[in-house]
Amino acid sequence: MARMKFICDAERCIECNGCVTACKNEHEVPWGVNRRRVVTINDGVPGERSMSVACMHCSDAPCMAVCPVDCFYRTDEGVVLHDKDLCIGCGYCFYACPFGAPQFPQAGAFGLRGKMDKCTFCAGGPEANSSEEEFRKYGRNRLAEGKLPLCAEVCSTKALLGGDADVLADIYRQRVLTRGKGAEIWGWSTAYGKPDAPAAPAPSAGGKS
Amino acid sequence: MKPLIATACVIALAAGLAGCGEKSQVVVYKQGQYQGKADGKPWDNEAFSGDKGNWETAIKARNQSQNEYRRING
Repeated sequence: MARMKFICDAERCIECNGCVTACKNEHEVPWGVNRRRVVTINDGVPGERSMSVACMHCSDAPCMAVCPVDCFYRTDEGVVLHDKDLCIGCGYCFYACPFGAPQFPQAGAFGLRGKMDKCTFCAGGPEANSSEEEFRKYGRNRLAEGKLPLCAEVCSTKALLGGDADVLADIYRQRVLTRGKGAEIWGWSTAYGKPDAPAAPAPSAGGKS
Repeated sequence: MKPLIATACVIALAAGLAGCGEKSQVVVYKQGQYQGKADGKPWDNEAFSGDKGNWETAIKARNQSQNEYRRING
């Protein structure tokens, strides 16, 4: 089994927020905490693109690198999880994460910041599988039930895929080949709004250096 | 009577001094290593009875159910 990953096909995402709703309901995530959300670029403009974003379970996760109490760990399936009993809610992981995945419940007055909460790839946490304690701290453990994350499984257009990275790559490849486009959506031009620059010509032998 | 009072004093003194003891309140810190509780494997439960192969088969089936080309054509 390869690593577990998410991939969101921006050609298909229709910004229905079904994944967000399913996640919040499945794990009974408190108000103000969004483990998953849909981001839209050029909202309202023809050609807008939407994408469902959560923890991407990075292979080299910056949250793990910056955590001062080392409460993060990676499972054999490549899922990045953390121990809430250790988390001190410092927020370093929030600043380190390029996806804004770590969430902090505002549990009280004076902007009190609780322990970090994030997408678990529906894999629970370091408590007994499917126990009451695990659900209370981390949400439901669907992987232990032989299921994949609900956000991906519930996606109506199958824009959001979750599971074994090799299988997801095969599904996405077949999809791109069938519709004849979509591979370019992951390029530089999508992120920065400029066409890919042509490769610089090699300097001629007799020219100025 | 005196031994009883002396014993009580010794016990009270011992109990009082116990409050001065320092107990480690943090886990042993090792730089860069996960400090929390160990997590179990997803197949270590009643549903899969520790059978990793069985769990992987279930996950593969779920993976393929996301491929609508296969679902519709197959």
